[in-house]
Amino acid sequence: MSQERLIEIETDILSKNDSYAHANRAVLAGKGVFAVNLVSSPGSGKTTLLCKTIEALGDMPLGVIEGDQQTENDADRIRATGAPAVQVNTGKGCHLDGHMVGHAMEHLDLPDGAMLFIENVGNLVCPAAFDLGEDGKVAILSVTEGEDKPLKYPDMFTAARLAILNKIDLAPHCDVDLDLYETNLRRVNPGIEIIRLSARTGEGMADWLAWLRAHLADKVVPEAAQ
Amino acid sequence: MHEMSLCEGMRGVIEDQARQHNVSRIKRVRVEVGRFAGVEINALHFAFDVVMRGSPAEGAELVTLELPGRALCYDCMKEVEIADRLDPCPTCGGGKLMPQGGDEMRIKDLEVA
Ligand SMILES: Nc1nc2c(ncn2[C@@H]2O[C@H](COP(=O)(O)OP(=O)(O)OP(=O)(O)O)[C@@H](O)[C@H]2O)c(=O)[nH]1
Ligand SMILES: [Mg+2]
Ligand SMILES: [Zn+2]
Repeated sequence: MSQERLIEIETDILSKNDSYAHANRAVLAGKGVFAVNLVSSPGSGKTTLLCKTIEALGDMPLGVIEGDQQTENDADRIRATGAPAVQVNTGKGCHLDGHMVGHAMEHLDLPDGAMLFIENVGNLVCPAAFDLGEDGKVAILSVTEGEDKPLKYPDMFTAARLAILNKIDLAPHCDVDLDLYETNLRRVNPGIEIIRLSARTGEGMADWLAWLRAHLADKVVPEAAQ
Repeated sequence: MHEMSLCEGMRGVIEDQARQHNVSRIKRVRVEVGRFAGVEINALHFAFDVVMRGSPAEGAELVTLELPGRALCYDCMKEVEIADRLDPCPTCGGGKLMPQGGDEMRIKDLEVA
């Protein structure tokens, strides 16, 4: 005999994901690992930038989690640089979630003080809502995508701490206004940091590497801190 | 955006709650959705019906309550309410607004059948 009643829950729909993300964040904090979640539309240059970054970082300990709907292609490209990579295939899923990343982190088993790069599924919409436990989202926007993309897909650029304006080597060939890209990025996220870069020519790489190193230095392994 | 995965998240929460409260049927689910949450309400209703099949909320009514969008204006430093993500600041007309809320996606309550 059930009587009519209301169960008040006030629970975030993504609370399951958030609890996985919090657990990941605790593991990363315990190891002093700095983790970035790279988000962008397909083909903006995430994997290319990662390969160049790994080469430039030399023997710094790091690992990569690759998210794609299908194929091992991107993990294979990362492994070719000598760095460990775990490929996560999301199937029909359009984003990585905290649970998938937690499993992948177990496989990677990163050493203390390492850097973790998570390349999300190429998608300017869904990954914005899913916390993975990372220290920050980095949005890659290539100059061929159009200056209005931050206005059309604001959530991703609002969620990001840093935007990398990639493929600037192509700017002279395709009539783009790099300042307008920056104006539109700041319109949807007045606090965003911006680096103009070409993964192809290496222009801007020094700024990006300095950004990574500075943030890694801020993460201290708890034992070492005491 | 990802209404299917949102509904899968809702299903997980609903199943947990139904088990905890020892109820087998839910007849209404009320969710609060912020204006900036990027949720397409029609798609959410469609996905809800599909995803809830076989759960305590199969056939339940989904009620969505919209929450306003709030943002901090970097020009006048006031927190303001805006209807649209790209609206200018209603106080000073500035265009640098940082969302402070309105991205909520919350299950408010469940009505037991
Ligand atoms: N000209 C130029 N091409 C680039 C640059 N960065 C990447 N590319 C090219 O852009 C294409 C896509 O690069 P990827 O690194 O595969 O892009 P991605 O973002 O990892 O793609 P998905 O993982 O499939 O979303 C490749 O042909 C790259 O060579 C750049 O700075 N300049
Ligand atoms: Mg890639
Ligand atoms: Zn203002």
